[in-house]
Amino acid sequence: MNGVHDMGGMHGMGPIRRERDEPVFHAPWEARVFALRQAAGAWRRWNIDAGRYEIERIPAADYLRLSYYERWLASLVALLVKRGLVAPAEMERGHPAPGSPKATPPLTADTVRQKLSRRAPRRDTPVAPRFAVGERVRARNIHPIGHTRLPRYARGKLGTIARDHGVYVFPDTNAQFLGENPQHVYSVRFCARELWGELASPRDAVYIDMWDDYLERA
Amino acid sequence: MRRDLDLGNHLAWPAGTPVTHDHDHDHEHQEVPSDLTLRVKALESLLVEKGLVDPAALDALIDYYEHAVGPRNGARVVARAWVDPAYKQRLLADGTGAIAELGYSGRQGEHMVAVENTPQVHNLVVCTLCSCYPWPVLGLPPVWYKSAPYRARAVIDPRGVLREFGLEIPEEVEVRVWDSTAEQRYLVLPERPAGSEDLSEDALAGLVTRDAMIGVAKVTLPQAGGRA
Repeated sequence: MNGVHDMGGMHGMGPIRRERDEPVFHAPWEARVFALRQAAGAWRRWNIDAGRYEIERIPAADYLRLSYYERWLASLVALLVKRGLVAPAEMERGHPAPGSPKATPPLTADTVRQKLSRRAPRRDTPVAPRFAVGERVRARNIHPIGHTRLPRYARGKLGTIARDHGVYVFPDTNAQFLGENPQHVYSVRFCARELWGELASPRDAVYIDMWDDYLERA
Repeated sequence: MRRDLDLGNHLAWPAGTPVTHDHDHDHEHQEVPSDLTLRVKALESLLVEKGLVDPAALDALIDYYEHAVGPRNGARVVARAWVDPAYKQRLLADGTGAIAELGYSGRQGEHMVAVENTPQVHNLVVCTLCSCYPWPVLGLPPVWYKSAPYRARAVIDPRGVLREFGLEIPEEVEVRVWDSTAEQRYLVLPERPAGSEDLSEDALAGLVTRDAMIGVAKVTLPQAGGRA
């Protein structure tokens, strides 16, 4: 989707504010939200792509206004209800429905460390690559309304395959539970001038990781 | 106008928590509206009551990300690569495997790529679409890395961004920006500072900063006026 989350190349976002001796979390509630999302994710009712998509669906004005962990919280609440872990009435009241059975959490304190390695998104599926290292490619000029990891600033631009990373789950379908659709992911080199025009440095480049379905022959 | 976390297809918040959220103040995360604390507590107690999450697991997760992972891990990878050319070769060829040799692996680091700074090339890492970052070697990302200005500008004006971080990259040096759009996570292997030949691997690791491994800083010796 052409959302505000797709920020590469935008102007007007203000200065980069750095913080000295920044803590990992700025308040206990941030840490709880972070952990709640990991622990609820252990039910595997959604995948990482669906999780990102839910954040992207926060309306643009809210997305920009909310802090990072507020976005996590908002999307976690949405995922819990949409994916059936919590009924809307339970979320409303803050208590389990009367007589509802109590579940057993899949993630416990002693399994946290081993379960931190979720199922990696790489697949052994034998899928032939459509492109070879060194080949010129063009990022497709597509504007899917669902989740995609093809940033707007690269669409329609010419690049070169720099590296084949292997076969991975395709986020555009996986985010909507339409299947993993595994395919090759490449590191594609785009010259800064191809992306940003003549004022960009002639030497510089942006490397973007791209799935086969994002690319066409140049 | 409602000023709450209304998400369009709105999902109500747990009872007892206010739905209004005053955002008239400067919205910096340091100023935490207290109702967020209440909301998160309400959500946690609901999930615990339903048996969906174990509060001890939450504590363990937080402890892990506050204490077990962080840039010290990445610094050890960098220092090893500086002192051991064979390790450096493995790191650049297979980042995931070489980093796992030192015991670092897991979520948001399943597919690691190390990119090397040289006198000819300077690397900079960003995630323009969200906040992708190599957790096992750098920990959770700083707020600026996840912020709109960094995500927006790193790809279109990397030299300007680097200048704000105090790095002037000469014109003849190529700046490579790595936009973490897939599941590859990038670690910058900074240049070893001149004059560090006599330092031990541990001492070298002590010089390597988080910012240097994102690519917004160089590694310097303290006496050369370097950053802490």
